[in-house]
Amino acid sequence: MALPATRPTAAFPTGAALSADQLLEIYYFLRLTRTLEERLVALYRQTKVIGGLFRSLGQEGESVASAYALERGRHKDILSPLIRNLGSLLVMGAQPVEILRQYMAKAESPTRGRELNVHFNDLEKGYLGQISHLGDMIPVMAGIALTFKLRREPRVGLVYIGDGGMSTGTFHEGLNLAAVQRLPLVVIGEYNHWAYSTPPDKQFAVTDLAEKAKGYGVQAVTVDGNDVFAVYEATRFAVERARRGKGVHFIEVKTYRRKGHAEHDDQHYVPKADLERWASENDPIDRYTQRLLGADMVAEGDLKDIDDRVRVEVDQATDACVDEPLPPAESALPGVYVDPPSADKLWFKAL
Amino acid sequence: MAEVTFLEALRQGLWEEMERDDRVFILGEDVGLYGGAFKVTDGFSKRFGESRVIDTPISEAAIVGAAAGAAHMGLRPVAEMQFIDFISCAYDMLTNYVATARYRAGLSTPMVVRGPCGGYVRGGPFHSQNPEAAFLHTPGLKIVYPATARDAKGLIKASIRDEDPVLYLEHKWLYRRIKEQLPEGEEILTPIGQARMARDGKHLSIISYGATLWKSLEAAEQLEKADGVSVEVLDLRTLLPMDDAAIVATVKKTNKVLIVHEDTRTGGIAGEIAARINEQAFEWLDGPIMRVTAHDVPLPYAPTLEDFVLPQTEDIVKAARWLAAY
Repeated sequence: MALPATRPTAAFPTGAALSADQLLEIYYFLRLTRTLEERLVALYRQTKVIGGLFRSLGQEGESVASAYALERGRHKDILSPLIRNLGSLLVMGAQPVEILRQYMAKAESPTRGRELNVHFNDLEKGYLGQISHLGDMIPVMAGIALTFKLRREPRVGLVYIGDGGMSTGTFHEGLNLAAVQRLPLVVIGEYNHWAYSTPPDKQFAVTDLAEKAKGYGVQAVTVDGNDVFAVYEATRFAVERARRGKGVHFIEVKTYRRKGHAEHDDQHYVPKADLERWASENDPIDRYTQRLLGADMVAEGDLKDIDDRVRVEVDQATDACVDEPLPPAESALPGVYVDPPSADKLWFKAL
Repeated sequence: MAEVTFLEALRQGLWEEMERDDRVFILGEDVGLYGGAFKVTDGFSKRFGESRVIDTPISEAAIVGAAAGAAHMGLRPVAEMQFIDFISCAYDMLTNYVATARYRAGLSTPMVVRGPCGGYVRGGPFHSQNPEAAFLHTPGLKIVYPATARDAKGLIKASIRDEDPVLYLEHKWLYRRIKEQLPEGEEILTPIGQARMARDGKHLSIISYGATLWKSLEAAEQLEKADGVSVEVLDLRTLLPMDDAAIVATVKKTNKVLIVHEDTRTGGIAGEIAARINEQAFEWLDGPIMRVTAHDVPLPYAPTLEDFVLPQTEDIVKAARWLAAY
């Protein structure tokens, strides 16, 4: 199958607004995302990751760059990441040790072992975890953006949706509601070519996902998802536009899922040549590094320092939690309601 | 005291909470200027403005999802389903997203989803449903189902103030049929999770809620007069969490139980109540736990068909008479 050409329709000035420190910080998050995932692979092979492991290899650029365009900090913008937006979470302030604990179902994990991987949240830092039902976060994030609007707060919501998730009803209902209400919401549509094993031509009949969004009367652009600068600039533009009350903005990022749906999936259905081409010619971190060094924006030594720092951080985070216990069994019961309405009803357990 | 209908009591409850707490807002289809299909929110838009009474597209999943997002952020949304039948379009959002939010992610989601339910009004298969059983199986949700005007008001207020998501079912057959004297200027709050003794009796207990609560009361009167059977009637009011203590208490008192609900039979709430009685009060029973429910068919439109399918007062009388003689 021929790959659709990456055809950016948005022209933005690139890099102009980013300082050298910011460029290095973006590099840090890109490297941290990839290194942390590589560590998770090792832990998965040691069966310390309890459930599935979902890689974002090849998509780190759009994740990090889009999140980096938000206002971050307590009570600022809020995003809702998907399974392949580990980078977005890290940018918003999630800690590597939290991610590791989540994957290993530790008692001290943010969800106390109740939920998987990146399904957790910290609304003060500005992220709301997804549930597995793709599309559902669009209406929920519309509700968060509605709150910003009702309270006249200059805040923006950002939500990710995949090329497969855009086939769900909740995506369309949520986008339409947000459009009608002119909510401060930015939607990142990730065209990563694979929804589990389903290719684009079995998922939708448009060329660009942006065409779908335009049908709801929202601004929609397509950008090169593996160009960190392009994604950052497009998102920055959309976010500030939304913040000024101009309504919903959809950004399609063309990218490629370079691993299987999850670690167990050998992606035999993916043409090898495509994988090799995206890896060798279009890796977002390689491209970003080349841009930085090619234009003398940063020094090579600075990048090496970051690589070293990331390795140390991931090692320390792993050491801090790998031997922690799983949650005690009886901790499964409380917390369904704010005030438990009844005690354990399994009478036979007391016999 | 003033005589108010069930619908007016509900409307008053909503109005008072909107006045009391500016975090409360309403969203749904035609709830704004039009005032809702049954006029529950009549006048709200004029009083509270369009930003607190939001007309939405026909998108039940988005209505519930957006309410959840707003609730996470500290608002108190009340989402209206124009007819509760359409809640099935938001089933995923309510059961997977909303109901699990506190447990799986520590998210607070104080919100109410309400809407007109129930039959006896010739509404046909899609304007008559009782969806409570589909949601009873959902840890994290609360379900309330008032039968009186007082509880219509008291439960909507309690639901809005609750810290967890509440499904509020309002029977449209009761909307204008039930009238009650309610005190003016007194705060009415019905605690969620507490059943109400609707009629005191000693020979047999009927457990019911919603429209069939009134039919059960009618049946109890007839049995008293015709047979001298003293029937106790328990109005559940809250279906989730269920008031086990009240159920067990009435079983221990009369030793015979008839459960009456308007929803279809198989997988209906009566099964759950019967199971709880078996576990908690088996030795107090002097007869089988019996059910009067709708037949297991989609609810048909023609009066002859609907009347046949739904539980009627005479069905309850017959079943209770049989059980009393057991």
